[in-house]
Amino acid sequence: MFINFFFSLKSHGVPVSIHEWMILHHALSLNLNNCNLTDFYHIAKSILVKHEIHFDKYDLAFLDTFKDIETTDEMLEEILAGLKKVKELHLSEEEKKQIEQLNLDEILKNFEEQMKAGHYKDHVGGNKAIGTGGRSTQGAWGYNPAGIRIGQGESRHKRAVQIAEKRSFRNYSSDITLDTRQMKVALSHLRSLLPIGTGERLNIEETIDATCKNAGEIEFVWENKEKKASKVMLLMDVGGSMTPYAELASRLFSAASSQISKFKHYYYHNCIYQELWADIERNKTISSQDLLRSEDNDYKVIIVGDGEMAPSELTWVNGAIDYWYHNDTPGIVWLQRFKDKFKNIIWLNPIPARSWNYVQTIRMIRGIFPMFELTLDGLDESVKYLMSGKCELYHS
Amino acid sequence: MNYFKGSDEYVLSQALRDNVNVSIALQRPLIVKGEPGTGKTLLAHSIAKGLGKQLIIWNIKSTTKAKEGLYVYDTVQRLNDARFGDGNVSDIKQYIKLGKLGEAFKSEEQVVLLIDEIDKAELEFPNDLLNELDEMSFYIPETGEIIKAKQRPIMIITSNSEKELPDPFLRRCIFHYIEFPETSLMEDIIKVHYPKIEKTLLREALKRFYWIREFDMLRKKPSTSELIDWLQALIVGGISAKAIEKEIPFVGTLLKKKEDVDLVEKSGKSHYAYNTSMRTRDVY
Repeated sequence: MFINFFFSLKSHGVPVSIHEWMILHHALSLNLNNCNLTDFYHIAKSILVKHEIHFDKYDLAFLDTFKDIETTDEMLEEILAGLKKVKELHLSEEEKKQIEQLNLDEILKNFEEQMKAGHYKDHVGGNKAIGTGGRSTQGAWGYNPAGIRIGQGESRHKRAVQIAEKRSFRNYSSDITLDTRQMKVALSHLRSLLPIGTGERLNIEETIDATCKNAGEIEFVWENKEKKASKVMLLMDVGGSMTPYAELASRLFSAASSQISKFKHYYYHNCIYQELWADIERNKTISSQDLLRSEDNDYKVIIVGDGEMAPSELTWVNGAIDYWYHNDTPGIVWLQRFKDKFKNIIWLNPIPARSWNYVQTIRMIRGIFPMFELTLDGLDESVKYLMSGKCELYHS
Repeated sequence: MNYFKGSDEYVLSQALRDNVNVSIALQRPLIVKGEPGTGKTLLAHSIAKGLGKQLIIWNIKSTTKAKEGLYVYDTVQRLNDARFGDGNVSDIKQYIKLGKLGEAFKSEEQVVLLIDEIDKAELEFPNDLLNELDEMSFYIPETGEIIKAKQRPIMIITSNSEKELPDPFLRRCIFHYIEFPETSLMEDIIKVHYPKIEKTLLREALKRFYWIREFDMLRKKPSTSELIDWLQALIVGGISAKAIEKEIPFVGTLLKKKEDVDLVEKSGKSHYAYNTSMRTRDVY
């Protein structure tokens, strides 16, 4: 049984249900895997894992469970290869004599008998049985010159495990920082902010009414049922510590702007003060006060920034990092004002969550805003939070 | 027993072929995801052809409702007929039109049903089909009729992951993610399309193609279908393998955005041809 594979998957964070586990056993009972570990790897993956972001976790769980397994079909192949090799060996006269005493068919027959008798497992030493360190004709690290090596190779024959070891889906894993490959997927998560359920629908009451007025001549009245579109506002940190992410983040959201009709984006440096910039070069300013006054409070606001700064930038009057810039209200007050104005507001941070606690200003900002990682998981959860006010990762 | 071996026009990986056969054997829908242009839709065509079965395609749009796949009750037509006295209005059956799913269920022979781009529909769409997919039957209240699948259809569902599919739906399916083909598989694919292509041209073109795909900053990476178009252009244009080494002819067939063309041209011209990719996760 390999029930521990199930629990290993669970502990690696692959959402696998008993339902799927049963399907897998159904597949195995039909022998769809051809008694072969490599096929089993693919089949179990297709049945148990339903998203490519979990493929890497699946590989890890598979490695954990099946790392040291020896499968019979691969072993047979190994034996046959070994038999062929025997002929190519350069042997001394004495050794050749020994080999002549052996019949290859007999060896194979002997092997099969041993297999049937179940001798091959964990057998060490001895003259006849398959095992390790013995003088019999089969097994690993033995002394018989015509012996067949079984399972002595590094991991040449463990093909399924090898595939898992490659971990080719590492990049699809959801908890690494977004790279451009995942941009598209990330965007699709933002799409859940789009209006849903447009289309035409027959208004029956109006139709009856119009038909009556039309002296029984049927007159259809259609209505558009359109749900309210989301409004999204983005405030993004530019410059300084955010430079490595600027291009990434701006592309993410410039693409978003083409999909969300009411989309506004502004820039700030390190912390929000009385002015925001409308362009990334920070030439055109708009007043934060005006923004708070004029905009509707049903905007979904996403603030992107690393939140890493000197505490003075957050708490002091004139604390702004640019020395010619005077702010008569501390940044943290401005942040609180944004929080008070907009009900749905979150902070996305490109810094991994595990290091948030080591930065004092991040801790302070987290006291105001719900903070999420700028990763697929984080973005997903934050959008959920924006839409419904709750999600798994964040509890207010 | 149906066993899908692939077809001459469609090259596929061992894993995908196995998963198709698992899905057929377990009688469960196969969800195929992957980059655009990796041949998700063509897979269903290939299965239908390989197994000699009829293919029914249900193209999903953003306005598609789950019920439309089962049947449509044409009330407007009936109302109209009642008004003008055409047809037999009391016979509701003639106003019930089966959708693609209904068609697949009703077919005497087993069919291949392709539900194309299921992620285009509303979020709840797949959930509305759960019972129908489990039981392979549905009930038409207007006529009191139950449509039950005589032969469970082979179902292929494609998704571009524009929306996430709900978990209960995924639980009932087999999942396959088509990886972008590696060079050797890509060569096989191209040979299916252009059996007579010159070897050096193919090699140089592939080298170029994978070089372009390396750019992480591309807005839209060229896919297999674009590569095939490009090769067509190269063959028709009589471009030699040498010319590809120096520049990229017909770059418009590979790259569809101006920014991408600029990016590739910029790095191509520089003498050391640097790749301006940026991987943020290496920053930490």
